[in-house]
Amino acid sequence: MKVRAQIAMVLNLDKCIGCHTCSITCKNVWTAREGVEYTWFNNVESKPGIGYPKQWENQDVWNGGWKLKGDGKLEPRQGSKLKILANIFGNPNLPEIDDYYEPFTYDYQHLQKAPLSETPPTARPISAITGRTMDKIHWGPNWEDDLGGEFASRSRDKNFDNVQKEMHSTFENTFLMYLPRLCEHCLNPTCVASCPSGSIYKREEDGIVLVDQDKCRGWRMCISGCPYKKIYYNWKSGKAEKCIFCYPRIEAGQPTVCSESCVGRIRYLGVILYDADRIEEAASVTDPKELYEAQLKIFLDPSDPEVIAAARAEGIPEAWLDAAVKSPVYKMAIDWKIAFPLHPEYRTLPMVWYVPPLSPIQAAAESGQMGMNGIIPDTKSLRIPITYLANLLTGGKEKPVITALDRLLAMRAYMRGKSVDGVPNTAALDQVGLTSAQADEMYRYLAIANYEDRFVIPSTHREETINTFEEKSSCGFTFGNGCSDGVTPKTSLFGNRRNAVPVDLSQLHAKKKTS
Amino acid sequence: MSYLHNFMFGIYPYVALSVFLLGSLVRFDREQYTWKSDSSQLLRTKQLRLGSNLFHIGILFLFFGHMMGLLTPHWLYESFGLSTPNKQMLAIISGGTAGLLCFAGVAILLHRRLTDPRIRATSKPMDIFIMLWILATLLLGLISILFSLQHSEGGVMLALGAWAQHIVTLRGGAAEYILDVPTIYKIHLFFGMTLFVLFPFSRLVHVWSGFASVGYMTRAWQLVRPRG
Repeated sequence: MKVRAQIAMVLNLDKCIGCHTCSITCKNVWTAREGVEYTWFNNVESKPGIGYPKQWENQDVWNGGWKLKGDGKLEPRQGSKLKILANIFGNPNLPEIDDYYEPFTYDYQHLQKAPLSETPPTARPISAITGRTMDKIHWGPNWEDDLGGEFASRSRDKNFDNVQKEMHSTFENTFLMYLPRLCEHCLNPTCVASCPSGSIYKREEDGIVLVDQDKCRGWRMCISGCPYKKIYYNWKSGKAEKCIFCYPRIEAGQPTVCSESCVGRIRYLGVILYDADRIEEAASVTDPKELYEAQLKIFLDPSDPEVIAAARAEGIPEAWLDAAVKSPVYKMAIDWKIAFPLHPEYRTLPMVWYVPPLSPIQAAAESGQMGMNGIIPDTKSLRIPITYLANLLTGGKEKPVITALDRLLAMRAYMRGKSVDGVPNTAALDQVGLTSAQADEMYRYLAIANYEDRFVIPSTHREETINTFEEKSSCGFTFGNGCSDGVTPKTSLFGNRRNAVPVDLSQLHAKKKTS
Repeated sequence: MSYLHNFMFGIYPYVALSVFLLGSLVRFDREQYTWKSDSSQLLRTKQLRLGSNLFHIGILFLFFGHMMGLLTPHWLYESFGLSTPNKQMLAIISGGTAGLLCFAGVAILLHRRLTDPRIRATSKPMDIFIMLWILATLLLGLISILFSLQHSEGGVMLALGAWAQHIVTLRGGAAEYILDVPTIYKIHLFFGMTLFVLFPFSRLVHVWSGFASVGYMTRAWQLVRPRG
């Protein structure tokens, strides 16, 4: 047993209102720079929909994630190491920027500077890449927001596999959910495995997956390797960039920007201890439907004395072991089993998990569309959402999703009894195997969602491993080439240095291309 | 032997090699963030895969072909029973084929770089310049094949080989060996050597990393960095 710790995240989709505050705050902090205008380390997709980039979930198109070879060994779906190297001159699986969208701004100045005319002036779109006027915007970061756009496009959603095609449109009338997405900081990341220069790595102390910007050579195999398409190519700097899980904040014990700014309080951050020796075993399970449970099995109980002793032997700080016991992620994923990984069938063992949304089922129940199973509504009678959610969260296995939804319903019935009737409805709890103590705690975490309960993040003890005296006056966190000694302000011997200062997009059309 | 000839083929090779090696080292050490392939595939896939594959396969073959052809000692291939005229014919056929592949590739890539608005707008002047330089070097090399065909006994090839071998083994008087070779070869040599001078100041530095990426074959799939 090799114990490692990771700061994992759970998102309670039941409470996501699709406001995009997470995306915007993330973009303002991390990707408001030239070359990454089109990238969203965090984005929110409306489901059903094909998402961003287009159809990212369809691995028949993109070949992301892992596949199991005949001998039971794992290999990136885009190919063996030799094949990856052979594709280095031209990656056949790389999305083009139009699969995301061509980044644009508007010619706002024209609104003020246009001469007097009979018709009001318009602000035409301008490409952030070429600086030229665009005739028409064809796609955007969230083109299908709130089921916008054409049904024909939306219905290509991969999660509709195993759902009869003609049911799609009916389905839409009753079921809409939001899916906020960020890097999964996987235990078995395909991006790391696909990088020929070895520039991507997972941090041992907190599991955050980062791209070493100095070592990245722009071979772009990580972009096609990642099945979530959460690594992006910065077309200006020629380097791969990805969600950094706000590691400067996490190290200081603060939640990520997306979590901090979430108005619906849907995000939870906490420590998960896992057995690093069993990662390969868990990712190589033959049946994709068993991958969710295989991943659960390598998570370790932070209260188990054996685990604690092994964790101490690995040098995991006491503060982390304490935090692991109080981890909201552990409670939701393991204690209550109401949180699930996103597409475990990609075999990357993702570490950002989701509580499935209950609202469509609740709405259907209240309008009398579904039967009752004892006291709580019969979730199984709403067959389509269950299949859809199972395709999204458990590799198609429906039972765990049903159990989770039933538990959420039972908790509500229990609490309604307690606060409205004055009599706790324990019958509902018995039906789903919860104790009243568990239900009370679930209510506190899910409904009240106190800040202290949502975010249990121990600070990183860098001072234990770094001689801070030697670090004095060294370069801190910076974008681009900011830490290089050889940098001169505007130009360098080896080509222009990259801007660390965000570029004013509204000035783009007047800009001379110099770099 | 003129001063210019001696400088160009006796001294300039060392200038070029020094700039190439030291420049690469300094850039790697101090400016690693700028060290990259600078791929533009994301912005436009069309044309890139065909052009880039043809170009890279062609130029890699040409690079190793030149290395082997110029630096293999005369006696070594003779001992394998390969006569000088046959070796020249082998070089002309294989090099010519690779040269044509490379030419097709570079033509496609150059067309793409100059005519596609996205690629044009994001190109640095050096990106275009280096491509034109490679194209010129390549065309000179292809034209020189016509001259080689006129003297199939391989004397020029031996002279060029002797020059290159004297240069890399640090023996004096290398330039004398190619005093009488036709001017087209000399211009090709100048363009080729200058490519090494331009190397550290352009995106060509990714060639080092391309060769280094062979280490990927023996690496573990996953990389975990410890604290500290």
